[in-house]
Amino acid sequence: MHQLVTDLLNGNRRAAARMISHVENDDLIKRELLKELYPHTGKAYLIGITGAPGSGKSSLVDCLLQEMRNDGLKIGVIAVDPTSPFSGGAILGDRIRMQDHALDHNIFIRSMGTRGSLGGLSRSTREAIQVLDAFGKDIILIETVGVGQSEVDIVKTADTTVVVLTPAGGDSVQTIKAGIMEIADIFVINKADLPGTERTTTEINVMLDMKKEGGWRPPVVQTVSVQNKGINYLWESLQEHRIYMQESGTLENIRLERVKRELTDQVEFLLKNSVWNQVKEEIKLDRLVEEIARREKDPYSAASELLDKLNIFEQKAGEDG
Amino acid sequence: MNRRKIRVLVAKPGLDGHDRGARVIARALRDAGFEVIYTGLHQTPEQVAETALQEDVDVVGLSILSGAHMTLVPRIKKLLIDNGMGEVLMVVGGIIPGDDAEKLLKEGHAEQIFTPGDSLDRIIGYISSKF
Amino acid sequence: MEKEKLHKLKGQMNTWGKNIEDSSDRKDSFVTVSGRPVKALYTPLDTEKLDYEKDLGFPGSYPYTRGVQGNMYRGRIWTMRQFSGFGDAYDSNRRYRYLLEQGQTGLSVAFDMPTIMGYDSDHDRSLGEVGRCGVAVDSLEDMEILFNHIPLDQVTTSMTINGPASILWCMYLANAEKQGIKLDKVGGTIQNDILKEYIAQKSWIFPPEPSMRLITDIFAFASEHVPRWNTISISGYHIREAGSTAAQELAFTLADGFAYVEAGMAAGLDIDSFAPRLSFFFNAHIDFFEEICKYRAARRIWARRMKERYGAKDERSLKLRFHTQTAGCSLTAQEPENNIIRTALEALSAVLGGTQSLHTNSMDEVLALPTEKAVKVALRTQQIIAHESGVANTADPLAGSYFIETLTDMLESEAEEYFQKIEDLGGVLAAIDQGFFQQEIADAAYTYQRAVDSEDQVIVGVNRYNSGETAEIELLKIDPSVEAKQVERLRALKKKRDNIAVRHKLEDLQKSAASVENIIPRILAAVKVYATEGEIVASLKEVFGEYKEKPLF
Repeated sequence: MHQLVTDLLNGNRRAAARMISHVENDDLIKRELLKELYPHTGKAYLIGITGAPGSGKSSLVDCLLQEMRNDGLKIGVIAVDPTSPFSGGAILGDRIRMQDHALDHNIFIRSMGTRGSLGGLSRSTREAIQVLDAFGKDIILIETVGVGQSEVDIVKTADTTVVVLTPAGGDSVQTIKAGIMEIADIFVINKADLPGTERTTTEINVMLDMKKEGGWRPPVVQTVSVQNKGINYLWESLQEHRIYMQESGTLENIRLERVKRELTDQVEFLLKNSVWNQVKEEIKLDRLVEEIARREKDPYSAASELLDKLNIFEQKAGEDG
Repeated sequence: MNRRKIRVLVAKPGLDGHDRGARVIARALRDAGFEVIYTGLHQTPEQVAETALQEDVDVVGLSILSGAHMTLVPRIKKLLIDNGMGEVLMVVGGIIPGDDAEKLLKEGHAEQIFTPGDSLDRIIGYISSKF
Repeated sequence: MEKEKLHKLKGQMNTWGKNIEDSSDRKDSFVTVSGRPVKALYTPLDTEKLDYEKDLGFPGSYPYTRGVQGNMYRGRIWTMRQFSGFGDAYDSNRRYRYLLEQGQTGLSVAFDMPTIMGYDSDHDRSLGEVGRCGVAVDSLEDMEILFNHIPLDQVTTSMTINGPASILWCMYLANAEKQGIKLDKVGGTIQNDILKEYIAQKSWIFPPEPSMRLITDIFAFASEHVPRWNTISISGYHIREAGSTAAQELAFTLADGFAYVEAGMAAGLDIDSFAPRLSFFFNAHIDFFEEICKYRAARRIWARRMKERYGAKDERSLKLRFHTQTAGCSLTAQEPENNIIRTALEALSAVLGGTQSLHTNSMDEVLALPTEKAVKVALRTQQIIAHESGVANTADPLAGSYFIETLTDMLESEAEEYFQKIEDLGGVLAAIDQGFFQQEIADAAYTYQRAVDSEDQVIVGVNRYNSGETAEIELLKIDPSVEAKQVERLRALKKKRDNIAVRHKLEDLQKSAASVENIIPRILAAVKVYATEGEIVASLKEVFGEYKEKPLF
């Protein structure tokens, strides 16, 4: 077993941190490490927190950490912030709100930049979750970017998804973008000391009642995270949803789904790699591109011809990233 | 394809709230392609070192304007070494008188010290040159 | 000016414009340090709409554009108030007495970071910071030492303290009483401006709501018992130091001022009972004319709003009185002697802008706390402006300048635009919560730094005419043993005081904090039995909670 994995399984925080860097940087060693970690994963419960910027996600996470610690749980936090599409750099500032927990060794917080991913999570979030899962965290909180581009990623990744809203003020909830109603297992109205709270709560409840489909009915929880109000209700709702997920069999189903997706992703990944590795070796791609650009060939036939030349299914798939 | 990025912790240890420099640097580093983790104000040396560890950073940048640098910098460096992170590049910015700066550098508590008037380009250039 | 004359002038302007078309400028654009474009020439065409009576008036009368006193500095020169404090109370007491001997006319206390943040000197977080940036004050005992042999009915004292302002103020008042001075004879200022802490200076302790309550409690207590005290110094200084533009400094500071007025009124106070004791604190940055116009615009905006919007009747409520400090952020570590010149220019702008009191920075403040010699040069700078330059002979000498009046108007209207934005966001507290000010300032600071790096903004001795020489000036060293001595004295105090009384007074304080009564008498009672600042703050935190910053860039 790789030393880093041994260290991580022994609770070494530095090893966990290094490992996340390896997966994030897509280092060559990554797949080796993840293979060895895999048997130790699958125990943590995954909670996704999403919502618009400024809705107070980080301070909500900060408060939740306290509640969970009071119950003796070990927690991992993955806080995702956007990477600048122009420079490739990022400022990861979600920790600011959580620094009171920095010295609690039962909490491990890691900030990640999206590094080109668009779905609100970073490309390596799922792998980083595996690291923290194997590291022995009972719960992993994933705070998304919340840029409002697409929150679909978090639903696929988390066992419970919390959508954080703020009182809509003059606006009606109708204006909250479509799609968000479908993904929430729990709604939080944060900053519930602001005017418009009751109206927003009612409107969401009405919309939820209209969609009644049986099964889990998402609760709407009011919180004021800066005053630590309502957090206990949120924590109760999270636990209730977890029980529901387990007892209804939904948890097992979505986890099977997730494993299936992981498998598919891996197959596609290996296939793609194998193709391109051979292409790099055997075919003068630049020349082909020029031919297509000059309209001497079309890209459709060119792609078919290209694959015909390779014997991808007879060769063992290459594994390097 | 490797997508490694240099991760920089920009930390404000000590009690003063002068974060203009830290924030300007954080933005400039982002615009130069670095991944910046910002701790926020009023951090203890222990918080800074633990954050550096969890975030597995390549660089720790401390901004200190309260005059407490001779206490804070060596302490943070020692905690980093205790955490097995002695190789992390330690950069300090702030109001640091010349002889203090010399002492911090000579005793190995920091690799580089920047003072008011040092340009962003110089700071970024220095960090880039190390990777 | 008559229509005909103006028309003629327009024609002449066009000719002039054509004449200079061929003369090439040495730069593409000319802007102020805040990035505001400046034209090549200002004429009566720019001030066409200026109404002397309505927009300027006379010094000492509405709208006070030309100054708050009728005869301005012919009556009394501004107060020369050098901000200082370092080491322990003994060290600072010596420095204060030196400054008073040198002709300084008011005191201004700088506290160290632990005091500012509400920690005692023996707290973990205070390590390495005791007495560094200012003087360490843990209890009434330190306050007694700090003002030993300084009669508190004969000097006025300004204290730069915000989060724990109520506590340090109570210590000052308790000390005055011990000196046998009645509270209605005590004068001075506490900064007490928590809003700008959330916005720029970031030395906060409690969340906004309880912080505002402490402030309105101080307003109420002072108007009844300490009528000569300036209960708040609404500060743009730190907003500017954090990187804002002149217009942002003006707008955000006044917006804070109006927020305090509204808070006082919401607490049931009559506006004229507390507004006369509100004072302001501005930065004097390096852009000479823009700064002068900023002060003039500030007075006019304040007077107009206080009268028209809030219905203040007492004319003292309409007068914006302010302290000025030259810009620390304009000083350079390179060739520090140049800072004397910068500070002189900045001080001159504050005087031409009609300041009531002034702090001039010392040349070495970018490197360390100032030495006695550097402080003396800084004070002499003010004395030369006051007594040699002749600028104090007449009120608002630049009024009527086409450029000055145009710029004053522009700053006023930019501020009005900001007021509207802030109102649209739901007021100052809501705007803070949404990070509006913080973001505006961060953007301005970044733009400025980029301009310096690209040399669009010239800084002599730094990005131009850099001699490469290192600074060879003497610096003030804080004796590292100060911290240990202070901690030792604090421990001794905790042993010798009546600890049962301390516990009772702290319990009373917590009850009071949870109620709606005025909390000041409880704080006063606690400091009198030598409860420490840290103990009082910790007790209040249990009731009020703590503020956490926003992650904005």
